[in-house]
Amino acid sequence: MAPLSAAKPAEHRSSLLDRFLMQGGIVITFLIVAVVATALVEPRFLNRLNLINVMRNFALLLIPSLAQMLVMTAGGFDLSVGAVVAISSVVTAAVMLVGSGYFPDMEIAIILLSLVAAIGVGALVGLTNAGLVASLSLSPFMVTLAMMSVLMGIALYFTQGIPIYGVAQSFITGVGRGQFLGLPIVLHVALVVLIGCIVMQRFTALGRHIYAVGSDLRSARLSGVATGRTLAIAYVLAGMLAALTGFLMTSRLGSGQSTIGGTLALETIAAAVIGGVSLRGGVGRAEHVALAALFLAVIANAMNLVQVDSKYQTLVLGAVLIVALAIDRLLLRKRQA
Amino acid sequence: MLQGFCDEMLEVTGFTKRFRGIAALDNVDFSLNEGEVHALLGENGAGKSTLINLIAGTFPWAEGVYRINGRTITSLTPQVAQEIGIAAVFQEFSLVPDLTVLENIFLGREQSGSLFLKRRQMRQAGTELLDGLGFHLPLDEKVAFLSRAQKQMVEIAKALRMRPKVLILDEPTASLTDGEADKLFHAVALLKGRGVGIIYVSHRMSEIRNLSDRVTVLRGGKRIGTVVTSEISDEGLIEMMVGRPVEQLFPSIEHRPGAARLEVRDLTTQDRSVIGASFVARAGEVVGLAGLVGCGRSELCRAVFGLETVEAGTITVGDKTVARPSPASMLASKVCYFPADRGSEGLAMARSARENATMSSLDLPALSAGPVLKFWREREVIKAPLADLALRPMAPERKVSAFSGGNQQKLMLARGLMRPFDVYLFDEPTVGIDVGAKVDVYNLIKSLVEAGASVVVSTSELPELINLASRVYVMHEGKVVAELGQSELTEAQILSHYFGGRA
Repeated sequence: MAPLSAAKPAEHRSSLLDRFLMQGGIVITFLIVAVVATALVEPRFLNRLNLINVMRNFALLLIPSLAQMLVMTAGGFDLSVGAVVAISSVVTAAVMLVGSGYFPDMEIAIILLSLVAAIGVGALVGLTNAGLVASLSLSPFMVTLAMMSVLMGIALYFTQGIPIYGVAQSFITGVGRGQFLGLPIVLHVALVVLIGCIVMQRFTALGRHIYAVGSDLRSARLSGVATGRTLAIAYVLAGMLAALTGFLMTSRLGSGQSTIGGTLALETIAAAVIGGVSLRGGVGRAEHVALAALFLAVIANAMNLVQVDSKYQTLVLGAVLIVALAIDRLLLRKRQA
Repeated sequence: MLQGFCDEMLEVTGFTKRFRGIAALDNVDFSLNEGEVHALLGENGAGKSTLINLIAGTFPWAEGVYRINGRTITSLTPQVAQEIGIAAVFQEFSLVPDLTVLENIFLGREQSGSLFLKRRQMRQAGTELLDGLGFHLPLDEKVAFLSRAQKQMVEIAKALRMRPKVLILDEPTASLTDGEADKLFHAVALLKGRGVGIIYVSHRMSEIRNLSDRVTVLRGGKRIGTVVTSEISDEGLIEMMVGRPVEQLFPSIEHRPGAARLEVRDLTTQDRSVIGASFVARAGEVVGLAGLVGCGRSELCRAVFGLETVEAGTITVGDKTVARPSPASMLASKVCYFPADRGSEGLAMARSARENATMSSLDLPALSAGPVLKFWREREVIKAPLADLALRPMAPERKVSAFSGGNQQKLMLARGLMRPFDVYLFDEPTVGIDVGAKVDVYNLIKSLVEAGASVVVSTSELPELINLASRVYVMHEGKVVAELGQSELTEAQILSHYFGGRA
């Protein structure tokens, strides 16, 4: 008899260590080590005000990282995340500035209007990205890289690089610096987005289709998945989440700025990859990305506390990313063995 | 017209399809009855896959009439085909590796409420579907971790999720072991009993004989005939398929065994795919390596060429023993190897035929002066070998991927003809190529041997062993279990050793 090929995969079935690695074990380990080490070296880390600060930074990294995850699990990349954050910050502040000139008494309505405008811009960018990627089958990497350049150009052109002030005061105190139940409002927003992503990934057909499209586009299409539509939704949601980040950052900074988000493309890809999102698409979970974003927020804070030069911070981020990539590759090799 | 119930549920007439002006399918008729297994038989390139792809709606037909249940259809997409009850299981799967078995079965057809998936309901339905087929699969395992046989089962279950009336199976047993194939046959019988019509594409005579009610034979895009399976012999079917009696495919080779050119003693590979194998190949003869797929004959060839790690044993080429075989040292010892997997081990698909032909010969004085290539000579140098192999079309600048399988194979063989070798190792030289190209390959082997080279052919095709080789070694589970001389080379003799038994 020929060897029974059906018997083979049993050996491949993940060992306990594999399971641990697959279930986000690496991120959890990274996170615990980072938290414990920081707390030991610099007790000020555990200071309440500092922790709130970490939470806020975490929230503002988590939302665009989830955006990045959506696109990456669908088999793409979104390098335009940071540029969308910048342009939506400019849009938010500009709408508010102009709006409050006409209707000085309707602050809340104007804040909502600026939110809608910013998210609309984000959705439009996402739709354009998806259109170019899906219908012309261009490389997502190049499309979003070009889009990043276009958006940054537009934002700089309109603002000349000068921050737009005149943002509603209640917007700054109520959203950006506001707290609810002792935690920053932005954290609440980020957690709602996170839960939305988890539910979408696990319990909806859309979530499943995003994984399918990212894992094997041809097979997904043959199975009757509307691949173009699925890609469009992933990119549009990503654009909207990036725009939401821009809106929240504006409320935190108190002005619309065309220069923010410059490092977000790298940071969000780092968070996604450390959180186990595959560079080849089809794999990745929101909760693990959240742990990775928290890990990055903690080490950034730790470096600030011990006053590491910002130049070295960039270096550390790059090094951490390389380690994460190496682990991703080793896991893949294991899977193909 | 017929009254009421229509027994003939699928009928196509005058089907024609052209690719870039070349007819892949030429005026073919085909019909399928309820509860019938209708086999499609033909060489590669005969038009089988074109026909089933047209029926499944993968691409549109150019001419012809398509009727299902008496209704005429003018156009079809894969989605529409599924909805009207036509499901296909192609050799290339439509499974997503990162989703689980269950998720794949319902992919694109998820049962869902207004917002959330009905996960329990799908699990129930998926379990029933698999149980009904007698397939035992881990529902929550990612498809990437399954064996090819298990993937095949998932693919079949997936095809049946819509309760199709017509099921197309494209060489479903190509990668299954006997036990797994039995499960598949059982499922086919089950579906047939439920009135599903099955179009069954296969090369294997025994399957066609056991499963099918009728056989349609295609050759060169034309329908050669449709016959009731029980009314024709295997030989008759083969003759319909290849268009001439089997014996005429092979040239008569004059073997003049001389000195031993390649001698392998007690070779064992590190992964134990070859265990203590020994064989001798002499100048002026063709030595066959026989055995089931996975018996170790491919690995033996690869090990000789330094592609598998050798743990024990010796390899002697001519009169010197090669201590550490590597492709470079074996080529230097004038041993040439042609791999079975042209795509991943043999050819650079995106590069031209010319570059591929000269790839391993760029160190020849004819082609280089130190580090500088004599690129102006390259075009001249390749002319003769490509002409010997009858490359079609003779377009050396064309990308390899644009050639047919048979001609890609010839390009790989051309590499071995750029300079003379003493020993040629062929691993499955005719897998996936058409009859014409096969004959060209056989003629090449003949000319090499008659010029005094030693040729080793590892193949699953019994007729090749019988008609080309002067001696055959049969392998089973990594060991050489028999050596047969020319007088003993019959199908029955060779097969009797396939399962390790002694004749």
